[in-house]
Amino acid sequence: MFRNQYDTDVTTWSPAGRLFQVEYAMEAVKQGSAAIGLRSKTHIVLGCVNKANSELSSHQKKIFKVDDHIGVAIAGLTADGRVLSRYMRNECINYSFTYESPLPVGRLVVQLADKAQVCTQRSWKRPYGVGLLVAGLDESGAHLYYNCPSGNYFEYQAFAIGSRSQAAKTYLERRFESFTDASRDDLVKDALMAIRETLQGETLKSSVCTIAVVGVGEPFHILDQATVQQMIDAFEIVGEQEGPAAAGQEASAEPEPEQGGAAAGEGVAPMDI
Amino acid sequence: MAKQQANWSPYDNNGGSCVAIAGADYCVIAADTRMSTGYNILTREYSKICKLADKCVMASSGFQADVKALQKQLAARHLIYQHQHNKQMSCPAMAQLLSNTLYYKRFFPYYSFNVLGGLDNEGKGCVFTYDAVGSYEKVGYSSQGSGSTLITPFLDNQLKSPSPLLLPVQDAVTPLVEAEAIDLVKTVFASASERDIYTGDKIEIVVVNATGIRREYMELRKD
Repeated sequence: MFRNQYDTDVTTWSPAGRLFQVEYAMEAVKQGSAAIGLRSKTHIVLGCVNKANSELSSHQKKIFKVDDHIGVAIAGLTADGRVLSRYMRNECINYSFTYESPLPVGRLVVQLADKAQVCTQRSWKRPYGVGLLVAGLDESGAHLYYNCPSGNYFEYQAFAIGSRSQAAKTYLERRFESFTDASRDDLVKDALMAIRETLQGETLKSSVCTIAVVGVGEPFHILDQATVQQMIDAFEIVGEQEGPAAAGQEASAEPEPEQGGAAAGEGVAPMDI
Repeated sequence: MAKQQANWSPYDNNGGSCVAIAGADYCVIAADTRMSTGYNILTREYSKICKLADKCVMASSGFQADVKALQKQLAARHLIYQHQHNKQMSCPAMAQLLSNTLYYKRFFPYYSFNVLGGLDNEGKGCVFTYDAVGSYEKVGYSSQGSGSTLITPFLDNQLKSPSPLLLPVQDAVTPLVEAEAIDLVKTVFASASERDIYTGDKIEIVVVNATGIRREYMELRKD
């Protein structure tokens, strides 16, 4: 991004009232490979793109089961994501132990957000460099939240994070009104289509993506590759046609953050996306 | 001044008996369903058996509040294990975990007398028997609780294998088939409930084998 005299540590404000270290942490999220989430009244689907560093290595795990009723997809520094998943798992286990009932999702994301906020206000810490899409089911229904390195969290009907997520977001914006009453399978199909958007012309195969589902009567689980491939084949996606259109959209989306940051005091700080 | 004795105890004994028998490809775990305190019955339908993992079941007699707390602890630890290893705990692994959990409270013990039963990694039946502070041993069969003094001699008569210290090493598991082992368990409880006042009402029998976990019940004397 840009180097200036106010970005050395997280406890220094800029004259424009921004914490650059936190904003840089959110950049890390944008650099990670894409993760998407969408929900209906009864189900939530998480999906992510799995890019291995080389043909020799296995790909990174980006979707974690937190409890039977909660799962999380991450983008950014996966190591930070792993640590936060472990924290979330612990919180769920402890809550279950004390109250003999599942931890409400809304509570968990607040705890997560408060944990992230601490790292924005201690000079000896750094913000977590990972964005989390938390999918969970509780008494009040199906929920999808996005937790930021800044300590903010938002609830969404559908969202995408990570690199080339704008393409997926555009797709989701077009389609989100149909999600609330969609069936589970339609939801998974939409998730696959959204992931395809981020692949920019690459063929969508089950080896490059991971899908996980949680819903009423269906504990959180990651779908196995064979099932995902079946669903992809079932609606025959052709990747190439969408490539040029998505690339054009993405090019226009990128310059915006640059302009917002360069001018001091101008525009809304990126944290409020 | 004479030494003061405690006028309150944190423990109570809720009575009952537990039995487990290991077979070549199955394991039978059974316990009566009576919960008592002193000379009174609290309920006739209390389960002392808890499924800890896919192929691992624990039966405990003693102080049921401590038993419940112990079961919750093990269940939570099992969840953590599953998150970390992506699989269920095997019976021998759970056996060690139970031992460590019990010894952790060596100086304020769980008043819980446990038998752990299930299938090991090769699908063979295994039974582990414990004292209140975690000392444990893999055996072919075991009994704990108020009726154990009546049950164990009978099981010894029917099932006792030569000492594991003798060579060649003999299998601890019984050559009995599943149906015979269940029958033996029913006989043993019927006899124990004749003479032990804390054992009776019903037996809950849990059978673990390759196809999964099965539960059945048998009525006992209500007196």
